[in-house]
Amino acid sequence: MVYFILSRIARAVITVALVVTFAFVVLRLSGDPALMIMGPEAPPEVLAAFRSAWGLDLPIWQQYFSYFGAIAQGELGRSMRDGRPAIELVLERIPSTLALTLPALAMKVGIGLPAGIYAALHRGGPIDRLVMTLAVAGFTVPSFVLGLVLVLVFSVMLGWLPSGGQDSWRHAILPVLTLGIGGAAILARFTRSAMLEVLGQPYMRTALAKGVPWHVAIRSHALPNAAIPTVTIIGFMVGTLIAGAVVVESVFSWPGVGRLLVVAVANRDLAVVQCILLLVAATMVASNLLVDFLYGYLDPRLRTGARAGAH
Amino acid sequence: MTLVAIEGLTVDFDGVRVLHGIDLHVGKGEAVGLVGESGSGKSVTWLAALGLLPGKARVGGRVKLEGADILGAPDQTLDRIRGGRIAMIFQDPASALNPVLTIRRQIGESLALHRGLSGAAIKAEARRLLDLVGIPDAERRLSAYPHEFSGGQNQRIMIAMALAGNPDLLVADEPTTALDATIQAQILDLIRDIRRETGMALVLISHDLGVVAQTCDRVCVMYAGRIVEEAPAAVLFDDPAHPYASGLIGALPAIEGPRQRLSAIAGTVPDPRALPPGCSFGPRCLHATGACTQAPPALTTFGDGRRMACVLAKYRLEPTAIARELVDA
Amino acid sequence: MSATTPLVEVEAIARRYTMKKGVFGAPIEVRAVDGVSFSIRRGETLGIVGESGSGKSTTGRMVLGLEMPDAGTVRFDGAAIPPIGGAEWRRQRARMQMIFQDPLAALDRRLPIAAQVREPLDIHLIGNEAEREARVVELLRDVGLSADHGRRYPHELSGGQRQRAVLARALATRPDFLVCDEPVSALDVSIQAQVVNQLIDIQAALGLAMLFISHDLRVVRQVSRRVGVMYLGRIVEEGDADDLFATPVHPYTRALVSAAPHPGRKPTERIVLTGDPPNPADRPSGCAFHPRCAFAVARCRVESPVLADLGAGRQVACHLASPAGAGGVPTGPKLPALEVA
Repeated sequence: MVYFILSRIARAVITVALVVTFAFVVLRLSGDPALMIMGPEAPPEVLAAFRSAWGLDLPIWQQYFSYFGAIAQGELGRSMRDGRPAIELVLERIPSTLALTLPALAMKVGIGLPAGIYAALHRGGPIDRLVMTLAVAGFTVPSFVLGLVLVLVFSVMLGWLPSGGQDSWRHAILPVLTLGIGGAAILARFTRSAMLEVLGQPYMRTALAKGVPWHVAIRSHALPNAAIPTVTIIGFMVGTLIAGAVVVESVFSWPGVGRLLVVAVANRDLAVVQCILLLVAATMVASNLLVDFLYGYLDPRLRTGARAGAH
Repeated sequence: MTLVAIEGLTVDFDGVRVLHGIDLHVGKGEAVGLVGESGSGKSVTWLAALGLLPGKARVGGRVKLEGADILGAPDQTLDRIRGGRIAMIFQDPASALNPVLTIRRQIGESLALHRGLSGAAIKAEARRLLDLVGIPDAERRLSAYPHEFSGGQNQRIMIAMALAGNPDLLVADEPTTALDATIQAQILDLIRDIRRETGMALVLISHDLGVVAQTCDRVCVMYAGRIVEEAPAAVLFDDPAHPYASGLIGALPAIEGPRQRLSAIAGTVPDPRALPPGCSFGPRCLHATGACTQAPPALTTFGDGRRMACVLAKYRLEPTAIARELVDA
Repeated sequence: MSATTPLVEVEAIARRYTMKKGVFGAPIEVRAVDGVSFSIRRGETLGIVGESGSGKSTTGRMVLGLEMPDAGTVRFDGAAIPPIGGAEWRRQRARMQMIFQDPLAALDRRLPIAAQVREPLDIHLIGNEAEREARVVELLRDVGLSADHGRRYPHELSGGQRQRAVLARALATRPDFLVCDEPVSALDVSIQAQVVNQLIDIQAALGLAMLFISHDLRVVRQVSRRVGVMYLGRIVEEGDADDLFATPVHPYTRALVSAAPHPGRKPTERIVLTGDPPNPADRPSGCAFHPRCAFAVARCRVESPVLADLGAGRQVACHLASPAGAGGVPTGPKLPALEVA
């Protein structure tokens, strides 16, 4: 078991390192931060001073190693724009983002799961068809389109809700809906197919054949099995809590981590971008770890390991 | 004394009839075999009788348990009958058990439903049942999951679960097909021992004539959704009357005695969507005549408890009929 | 080459895997096949029976050269099997073919049957265009399929017809040797009989050497002249098919024969083995069968018996078996109680 945990954690660390390396290389090859931040009209000596202050005049591999060395000591760098520690800038935006993504996650699970289960249990019925139509629409329409449509209807035409900003809880409704609808649709489809698969298993027939009432068989035999694949997709959704709202935050001018990322990328504010990516990779990897351990809890076949089988 | 009487049972899937009026009685404590190839309707018969077919199936006819009609009975009634009066076990025990629930939980469920047990009483009785079906170290194994047992042990657990409700009838659907020969022998022995102790009736559904012959008192041979012959087991295997039944027995290689060429039945089982006119076996039958395409022959009862659905039945089972007809002519 | 020289000679082949017990356990060695020897002459069929985990399928794969043995040798027509994948191997593969349990898995769903039967002719450049066309029709006819069947796709055929199509394809290169691994196990009894008859006819007509692997004793006896019984990676008894099933000597063979259900046999004659089928990853000491054997003595727990010739064409790996007397058959261990029965 210790071996299992250690190997998973080692894999997680490697994943994070790869993400950060990739971002490091791409960012540095795609534009000069000095020009972006100081402006194209800045005199050459100012640019040179800026570069030397941030170590941008060193060879890229040297920058890379000093960056990783700093991370190892818990130092995530400072924003090139205002000199504040990057981690501080990012952390102060996280509550804003969570104010959107947490209610949206609740909506995805709260609507997607029951809708998927209900659709599977009434396969081919009118509700199933409705759920599936909505589900297809929900995840084929991109979130910026959905967001703009919601703004058009509820802000522009009806005037019920504000179209952007973060002044009251009412400002959060449209962005949360935009995030939640698509996710609920994906989860509904996934849950439905997981449930249908389980309902066709021989053990469901066994349960009914021994006199277990239908609704009890669903609750105590089908759901625990259908939960196993469904956990994967929910785990993925948990992994996007920090960075899953980049587009929506931009559409609704919501000052969260996503907006910070967009601005930082545009400015080549390397430390901030890398800090966010590190955080995002870490949440993704952490949620994956969580899913792995949840699997072990939900599925006894993984707990005890594969049985030594004969062929 | 009849325990279960199935009368004129029909099943249609999406408008296609797959079961064409099954008449079948199972007496108290009796062991009845249902033999046939895939698609013959032997499993569908009992799944339909117990209301276990998917919703799209249309079921007609009557199924009576000690005289009371159970086909289309309310769910509460059926839930008491399933597992309580009539228990069922299936072909692949590993997938017939729920992989995420402990054995104790799965056996305990039946004990709670049908015997009203709870708590420590469930554990004690579940352990007794595991002992009874020959699972060693029952106390400890109760908290194990299906994947921790071998195929043969899983089928023993299925049997323990079936016994939990003290049923009057066990319907065993290909219980040993997925198991090795030596394990198959163990499971068949176990079922026979349990029947000897409890007097439980048995319906054994199998494609393997050998398995049925050794276990059952009476055998029904099914073909394309109909019973084509029914006879006491010993009689059927020594002297099959229906051309399909004798074809099946002839197709079985012998394990002793001189080796003979197998008498294969030509052709294949017909598609239920396109049954041949008249007798479904007609196109594959060596004895088919023009009369066979007129109408499906009725399952007719003869003196010594035999039934047969074939235009030749009376000649096979009542040799005097030929003489009488000659005299009449 | 004279008819008496074996076409296939298998000597002490073994196949070992390392397997981890559970996710966290230490790797252990599993001996799937553990020193199997036999030979097959032209026109002869050797049957191999065994239950799951006996290593019978792995044996078949090694004989075909699909898996390389970790020890021992396989010789085909006097020469060792060339390394997998080379030109030499491909040439030899044309002379040895196989059919498996699931014909649907062996066929390409997107191609009509005739095209698949023809494929080996194209690969091995046999004949010209017209000759290949004619050969396909001939092959289909040989296995009892019509030209119309040839135009259909695998899913449009029944299980028995698919297995015939696989057989036709296997025969396309006029092989000398055919390995059949559970070829009829997935088929209904009436169809099984059709395919078994077909196999026997074709084997006789073409003078094929055949290795016929199955768990079904009745089918193996029907097809084979000689039969080997495998248990946990070893042959525990080998002999003439009729004799072996009539007077099995090894206690495992006796249990297996008595467990084979057959109409007309009384269940009371059955020897029921206790215990589960053996796990190759957890091989008992001494004779691998001793934990399930009613006759086992102290010696069986420590010393592994070798396959010994007991006369009358029978080889048995059992400490308690006795050689055949003059004109008699070898005998296995006896228990007083069993002699009464």
